[in-house]
Amino acid sequence: MEREVCLVQAKILEKYKWGQYILFYLFAPEISKLAKPGQFVMIRVSEQFIPLLRRPFSLMSVDPSEGRIAIFFQIVGRGTSRLSQYSPGESLSLIGPLGQGYSLSVLKPGDKVILVGGGRGIAPLFFLAQQLKEKKIRVMIFYGGKSAQDLPLKSLIEEELGVEELVLATEDGSLGEKGLVTEVLERKEIWPRIERVYVCGPEAMMRKIARMIEVWGVPGEFSLETYMGCGLGICWSCVRRIKKANSWSWVKICEEGPVFPGEVIKWEED
Amino acid sequence: MAVQKVDMSVDLGFFRLTNPVLTASGTFGYGIEMMPFVELKKLGGVVTKGLYFEPREGNPPPRLVEVTAGLLNAIGLPGIGVKAFIRDILPRLREEKATVIVNVCGETVEEYVKVVRCLDEAEGIAFYELNISCPNVEEEGRCPALNPQATYSVVSRVKKAAQRPIVTKLSPNVTDIALIARAAEEAGSDALSLVNTFLGLAVNVETRRPKLANVYGGLSGPAIKPLALRLVYQTVQAVNIPVIGLGGIVTGYDALEFLSVGARAVQIGTANFFDPQATLRIIQEMEEFCREHNISRIEDFIGSFRI
Repeated sequence: MEREVCLVQAKILEKYKWGQYILFYLFAPEISKLAKPGQFVMIRVSEQFIPLLRRPFSLMSVDPSEGRIAIFFQIVGRGTSRLSQYSPGESLSLIGPLGQGYSLSVLKPGDKVILVGGGRGIAPLFFLAQQLKEKKIRVMIFYGGKSAQDLPLKSLIEEELGVEELVLATEDGSLGEKGLVTEVLERKEIWPRIERVYVCGPEAMMRKIARMIEVWGVPGEFSLETYMGCGLGICWSCVRRIKKANSWSWVKICEEGPVFPGEVIKWEED
Repeated sequence: MAVQKVDMSVDLGFFRLTNPVLTASGTFGYGIEMMPFVELKKLGGVVTKGLYFEPREGNPPPRLVEVTAGLLNAIGLPGIGVKAFIRDILPRLREEKATVIVNVCGETVEEYVKVVRCLDEAEGIAFYELNISCPNVEEEGRCPALNPQATYSVVSRVKKAAQRPIVTKLSPNVTDIALIARAAEEAGSDALSLVNTFLGLAVNVETRRPKLANVYGGLSGPAIKPLALRLVYQTVQAVNIPVIGLGGIVTGYDALEFLSVGARAVQIGTANFFDPQATLRIIQEMEEFCREHNISRIEDFIGSFRI
């Protein structure tokens, strides 16, 4: 369980806000050197006791040469609301990088992969796409949300990631194709040419994709979102049913996840 | 002339701690998880996560929910079991020169005894902490800590079997803490620690359902500090054995409040979750307070509270 993890004060360098979505660039050189796509950081959003616990955030991008990392989040509750009030120049206490990320080593240059992000779930996939680009992997991103305002990273993806194809999907049809991202994905019929699928988003979306790719026989990796008490493996609260040695065990998402292959995840039903 | 070096060691009678700050069971893993943040030998001691004889799965999630200045948990004491602890964890804690205090659990009195006998065979443990708040399967899930007879019965049985000193950890969910504390003392407990968590409930008003899968959970964190302090004070007055205080300690000042009412040591719990270096910071803050107040031995501060 020895691991390289840092507890740092990270200064906010830049902040961008689109409605309920926030993007912070932070100065955290130690973390930027160690981090892998799919890993996360625990952020203390208040020095006071409300909220008390740190909150987990996937790393959205990392630039070790500049010592920068980025987190992208949606304001959903007390913790993210408090975090959204910070400004450039202020510092945050971060612990990271934590958890097990997406696996890239199985891929070779020229392979084609699909990344599917739902809403704020795009965050770890952005970082993943950065690294896939360096490895000369051909990347197709599906980015879905309820409406256009849920896809604020569209421009940044186009400018920075140089992916082969970016497919946008909105439920109200205000941007890209109309419908759930899973429906759009199904219509494309692209599975036979795909090496691997990387997913992060709402449970229902991930569950549908897991079933889809099972039929096609394409391996997939899913980043699970759970309530986390500590992120360090000491509170035992962030467990889910994961298949280990052919039986379902309660597994700590912060330690052995958040990314798991689809076939070991027990999906929550609606 | 201000004090330069403060003697932070405290004597429990059966063991001298290098300083009064221990970790609270269940909030520091088995110790090794926290090695990136804390040099374990700098702590008064590491109290391990509770150990049953066999590995355990724990409760279904949600197991934890944040509430105002605290958290409510029903983790359900999952763990690796005592044999895996001795085989995989203890040697590494010894390498780190940590003072190891093993928290002992049992579904039956026999299981507590079995766990302690197993641990007695191993080197590198300072003493035991008995978690008597575990649901007892023979008593319809009631835990021994809620009843003086049941407390006496489990503590006396374990004390007879154990070759190391025993600290009995008390539950705050009782009407008369002194009664339970005395029962544990009479049963031969070498010291007491309190408080465990306060039983609580949190509701999701959208769904009208409990926020925890287990319905009820234990409340910890800064929210409980005054409640805990009152119980620790009353316990100190009720018994002649050392008392270890815990409940919502986040700062050195918090810890000193517990020492002032007579606790000889403290445990840090929930604070580890949001500040993994809380224990070290608290030791530093206490030491600083002593220097500023010309206290050369922390023991001189213990029990200094006056009404």
